[in-house]
Amino acid sequence: MWKWLHPYAKGEATYRLLGAWLPWLSALAALFVAVGLGWGLFYAPPDYQQGDSYRIIFIHVPAAMFSMGAYTGMAIAALIALVWQIRTAEWAIAAIAPVGAVLTFVALFTGAVWGKPMWGTWWEWDARLTSELILLFLYIGVLALYYAFNDARTGAKAAAILALVGVVNVPIIHFSVYWWNSLHQGATITKFEKPSMPVEMLTPLLISIAGFLFLTAALVTQRLRNEILKQELHRPWAQQQLGVEAEHGV
Amino acid sequence: MNKASTWQFLRTIMQRDLAVALRRRSDIINPLLFVVIVVTLFPLAVGPGPDILGRIATGVIWVAALLSALLGSERLFRDDFLDGSLEQLVLLPAPLPVLALGKISVHWLLNGLPLVILAPLCALLLKLPIDAWGILMLTLLIGTPMLSAMTAVGAALTVSLGRGGALLSLLLLPLFIPLLIFAAAAVESTLVGTSAYGQVLLLAGLMLLTLTLAPLAVAAAIRVSVN
Amino acid sequence: MAFDSWQEAIWMGGYGFYVWLSFGVSLLAIGMLVVHGLLVRKKLAIMAVQQQQRKQRLARRQQQERQAHNEQSQVKGAQ
Repeated sequence: MWKWLHPYAKGEATYRLLGAWLPWLSALAALFVAVGLGWGLFYAPPDYQQGDSYRIIFIHVPAAMFSMGAYTGMAIAALIALVWQIRTAEWAIAAIAPVGAVLTFVALFTGAVWGKPMWGTWWEWDARLTSELILLFLYIGVLALYYAFNDARTGAKAAAILALVGVVNVPIIHFSVYWWNSLHQGATITKFEKPSMPVEMLTPLLISIAGFLFLTAALVTQRLRNEILKQELHRPWAQQQLGVEAEHGV
Repeated sequence: MNKASTWQFLRTIMQRDLAVALRRRSDIINPLLFVVIVVTLFPLAVGPGPDILGRIATGVIWVAALLSALLGSERLFRDDFLDGSLEQLVLLPAPLPVLALGKISVHWLLNGLPLVILAPLCALLLKLPIDAWGILMLTLLIGTPMLSAMTAVGAALTVSLGRGGALLSLLLLPLFIPLLIFAAAAVESTLVGTSAYGQVLLLAGLMLLTLTLAPLAVAAAIRVSVN
Repeated sequence: MAFDSWQEAIWMGGYGFYVWLSFGVSLLAIGMLVVHGLLVRKKLAIMAVQQQQRKQRLARRQQQERQAHNEQSQVKGAQ
């Protein structure tokens, strides 16, 4: 199995493989996101309690899901980077972190905007919003550490250790924040956890979730390709890739 | 033979750290003064009424403790890194996580324990009801070893950076949140007259987890920083 | 279609501002991420070309120096 994986530890092979994936991932992402959001916005029936404001769910829930999924992915990359010393995995940390941070921001922003018509405030210390805010800080920490060092390799390894420390802490932070929230808010209705959703709402939500999965994958692929090129810029193959494209104007 | 020598290394390093730190007493005293001053600022900012002070006392003392833990943490490995003894530590024929745990213990002894002893003074200044003093000190006693262990991770990660101060707080403060929540909740539930048993047990569990895993992370971070 | 007309779809039963604000900002944020990725690639392409040019300049300089050196040694040899 490792023999099969080994070529992808080298930059060029991974770059080409990701290049083959990128158009498919982008097309799937565009298709599923457009269908999911369009269906959710215009064709799904309004919620009997929240009216049309619930339509934010079609972007909020997928973003929240993959903001956490991306952190897990980053931690797995960090583990591979530290244990097997594979450089592509180190670069994957730098590729995943900004994508995860933007998804976290999206989840945070949509949650806050949704809170305004529901609770009457732009910011409510709701358990999910609070833990998304903390997740954003964790992402920023990893990114800041990654780029803080003059030596890129040291920065990547330090960020990898931090990502692993973070992933141990994320469940604890979640549990503590939810517990804290139940302590202070008593019996507020959680608008995000719907016990049962009618199929007409669930279908576009699932399509949107699939769309965000492809979107996350496509964004990470794009950034990982950039990161590989950046690190291998002195190699002839990378210059060839960029030089050819520079003449055509990207 | 090997086991005995690990203990010897550990003892020597802890004794050395203690001696060095005791020679620089201001590093121990200044964070404590910081806590007292922060605690003093709050009544001036929000008014000296006991109703509001008593409510925020736990939070203020704990946040001040978190911030003071960050203050001196940059120096935890900095001097050892600059004079090369951190490299020697890596090369010792003893498991690095054990040595890291030794350094964390010394740090706690000099920075965490005094904070626990100082807590009643802060509680007095903030008019925390006297029934809650014991539980406040207990949460600090359980929580400060976690603070020392986590700051050691952050300090080891940023040791080779010239100025890691602001970055260090960005990395560490989000990780302190569970500690803050459970510690504050323990004191809170004592104040309202219910048992804080559950929260204290959770804190103790977190402390054991942190003290088990943090030395491994510190060791890995030192290896990365030294190379 | 859950709405009778496009006006109603934009109005969203009074929640239009919140719905469109969150959708707009979200798409903008993700769009900026995509554009940033493309810009980074463009910058890398410029850097690659610059690096290549520098390498060529260096090679030319070295060649010139070698020629000058050769000429010098030829002059010396003639003396």
